[in-house]
Parts: sequence; structure tokens; C-alpha cells
Amino acid sequence: MAVLVGTLFVVPLLLMVWMSVNHWPLLGASAPNGVANYSALGDPLFLRAVWFTAKYTVVTTVVLGLIAFGLALLVQRNRRGVGAVRTVLFLPSAVGLASTSLLFYGLFTTDSSPLNGLVQAIGLGRVDWLGSTGTALGSTVAMITWRFAGFYMLILMTGLQSIDPVLYEAARIDGAGRWQTLWRVTLPLLRPTLALAMVLSLTGSLLAFDQFFILTGGRHDTATVVIDIYREAFLSQDLGRAAAVSVATLAVLIVVNVAQLRLIRREGR
Amino acid sequence: MKTRGFYLTGAALAVLFLLPMVWTLYASVHGREAAGGGDGWGLSNYQRLLDYGSGLSTYLVNTVVVAVVAVSVTVLTTTLGGYAMVRLPFRGRNALFLVTLAVLMVPYTTILVPLYILLGWIGLQNSLVGLGLVLAVLQLPFGLFMMRNSFEALPAELEEAALVDGCTITGALRRVLLRGVLPGIVTVALFSFLASWNEFVAPLIFLTDGAKFTLPVALFNLQSGSLGSVDFGALQAGVVVSALPCVAVFLVLQRYYVRGFTSGALKG
Repeated sequence: MAVLVGTLFVVPLLLMVWMSVNHWPLLGASAPNGVANYSALGDPLFLRAVWFTAKYTVVTTVVLGLIAFGLALLVQRNRRGVGAVRTVLFLPSAVGLASTSLLFYGLFTTDSSPLNGLVQAIGLGRVDWLGSTGTALGSTVAMITWRFAGFYMLILMTGLQSIDPVLYEAARIDGAGRWQTLWRVTLPLLRPTLALAMVLSLTGSLLAFDQFFILTGGRHDTATVVIDIYREAFLSQDLGRAAAVSVATLAVLIVVNVAQLRLIRREGR
Repeated sequence: MKTRGFYLTGAALAVLFLLPMVWTLYASVHGREAAGGGDGWGLSNYQRLLDYGSGLSTYLVNTVVVAVVAVSVTVLTTTLGGYAMVRLPFRGRNALFLVTLAVLMVPYTTILVPLYILLGWIGLQNSLVGLGLVLAVLQLPFGLFMMRNSFEALPAELEEAALVDGCTITGALRRVLLRGVLPGIVTVALFSFLASWNEFVAPLIFLTDGAKFTLPVALFNLQSGSLGSVDFGALQAGVVVSALPCVAVFLVLQRYYVRGFTSGALKG
């Protein structure tokens, strides 16, 4: 195991830093290059990818968080038939993200898709689901919600179920209404779980690749940071610049994660 | 009234969540987009998929090879590793655990480029085994957590009794302890299988020979129309073929799946 982790994880990590300060074409010899590769961070294409990724991350995290929380509230109580509902909502989590993207590519682009049928039935014209930055973002967020809502629902549900029922009882006796109970009891106690879900969602969205690579191919300004890394490496064939972007991305992610872990710990107290 | 509200909402959501899958299943056996075909039912989409590129069977076998390598390496190393973490005090134990944790903190998409170079150096680029090993490493942190917890949950007396009865350490591990940690092993194997079966970026980058593509990459090529226009019928059949094993495995092993999620040690 040590050998595996060493070879396929630690060495690449060091190699990445080394590559980032070398001119490193896909084919041919490499040569020291100083910090020139880091000019990739000022590239307008890269900056646009950063902006789009940030936008996508915020929208996904908010939408997914709200829907998953609603679902968790719906299925948290054990009653007849709730198992079946949980299973169905959770089922998409078993399907790979690439398969999901290909599935929805069919839904978004074919004329025979029920989605387009529905839109035409209610009298709207043809919608080009992936044809502009806005629609592509919305369509992708809808798809991601379908794929991940059950996943986050389960995490939040576990958090909800670990709250002591006595506290709800006490709130009821004190005359708290439904909303008050939600704001004063449920949400504060659920904060560590909510924070965990947020860390997962933020990291996942910041590194988004499959969904946009497959649905739009990065067209209409929907290239993400990882798509930009892919382009630098395998289309521009400049691995040094790709490594520089990777190093920067990793640094940002570590800062974000450490900050969030701190937050969780403080809230957990 | 409240109960009825739950059932109405639950049913509506269930339909909404099942609809995309049902539609794909339907579209995959509906021959409308077949060349020269009528508006009928049939398996023509699947037939064209069988002959696509290097053939569906090649891609399926490739995907299975990668999954078998990833799952077996993950299960073997995390079972032994989990046992060692709990029972064997050895030097560098904590350091090793920390490095494994680091794998969790560093998203692998950021190290794909150097990995690509490295695999070239050690002769594992464009290799299904190499890809399987990379995917195994990604599963190690979760697996190690799972197996460490599983071994911790077993009473130490169990092993001691086996040793007193004349078993060697490996004998005790094999005959007595394995049964105890089996649920953990199934969970690790399940997650490792789903992750490697569905992986897209790593095979996209590491596999350059078309005959070595895994199913997701082959389907992506079908969709991006690298061999002419997009064949939507075959694409939908492909989605069914790639998603079906996952859905089936999930339905059978649901219990373990939920266990893995709720153990709280999952990476996103």
C-alpha cells in the first residue's frame, strides 16, 4: 500500500510542482522555464473558466442544498413506504456521472425527448437547452440535482435523525411553532452535517469536468477550470502550463477546505 | 391528511426521479432513429452498439478488467492495512495513515497531468492494469477508514482465542477475523466497483488506444461523433448497458451502500 500511494500519489504531487517550473511539451524534451508557466493564470480563457466555475459552484451548492434538505425533511420519519421513496430518490447516485451526462444529453438535444414534448405541449417554442451559457448552466444544474439530491438527502437525513427527540418535545411544550422549531432547534443542531455537505458540494463543483465536457464540450463559455487544465495539457500540448494551473487550483482548494474544516470544528463545539 | 400529503409528494417525486431512466430504457428499445427503420420496437439500437468501434464486447471486457484490478487491489490492501492499523504497532504507522488521508484532501483531477507522465515512465500508460491501480489508490482512504473501523469493532479476545487454539496470525486473520469484517469488505468492494466502473476523466487521458477504451470513454466518442454523426439510438442503448450493472448492484447491496455513506468518511 505504501508503495502504491508513494508511486501513484506522492511522486506525481512532487512531479507536478517540478513540471510547473519547466517548459514541458506533450512530445519532446523539457527545459527549465522559471515561473513563465504561471502566466497561464492571467490568460483570459482561464479567467473566464474561473468565473464560470465559481458561478456554477454557487448555484449548484445553493440549489442542491435546499432541495436535499427538503427531501431529508420529507423522508426522515420512519413510516410505511418511506424506504421505497428513499431508494428511488437515492437510485441516481449509483449511475455514473458520465452515464448521467450522456443520458441527459439525449434528453436535452433530441426532438423525441419528453422534455421538449412537454415544453411544446405548454405552448412554448423550441428550447435550446444547451445552446447558451445561461440555459446550459440551468440544464446542467438540473441534471446534477437529479444525480446528487438523494446523496445529500441521505447525509442530511442521518444528521436529522441524530437530533434528540426530547429537544423537539421540549420545543413543543414551550409553544414553538413549526418554523420556530426549524430555525431554533433543527438548523443549529444540523450545522456540522450541513457544513460537511457543503464541503463535498463545493469541492465537487469546483472540480467539475464530466458534465460540461460531455454536455457542452466547454462551448458557450461553459469551460470549467479542470476543462481548462485538460485543454492546456492535451490540446495546446503544454504540460508545464497545465501543471501550473493545477498547482494553483490545488492551493485554492486546500485553503477552502482548511477554512471549512475550521468552521465545522467551531460549529461542532 | 398529513400522511396523504407525504404519499402524494413521495409518489410525485418518485415519478420525477425515475422518468429520465425510464425514458432512456424506452428510447433504447424503440427503433425510430434506426437507419431506414420504422417506428417500431426492437433491439436494433443494441445491434448497432455491438458493432460500434472495436465492438461493445471489447469495451465491456476493458471496463471489467479495470474494475477487477481496482476492486481486488483496494480490498486486499485496505483489509491488510486496516488490520495492521488496529493490531500491529509498527514504526511509521501514523505517518502512513496521514499520507493516506492526504489522498483524501488532494483531489486527483489536479494531479492527472503528472500522473500521465509518470505512468509513461513506468510503462503503465495506455494500460488497463495501470488505470486500475490509479483508481485503486483513489479508493484507499475510504477503504482504510472502513476497514480500520471494522477491525476496531471486533473484540481482541476473538483473535487471542484463535491464537491460543494454535492458529498463526495469518490463520487467525483468514479463518476468524475475515468473517467479522465481511460487511466492511463488501462496502469497500461496492464503492470501489462503482467508482472504477464509472470513471471518466482518468481513462479519457490515460488510454490512447481506441481498442482499450472503457465503456464511458467509448460512449463519449460515440456521442461526440468521432465516427460520423451522433447515433442517438445506440447512445441510449449504451447508457442502459453502462448504468444497468450499477443499478442492479445498488439494489442488491443497498444496505452496504447506505452504510458507506452514513459512516461519514466519504469523499465527494
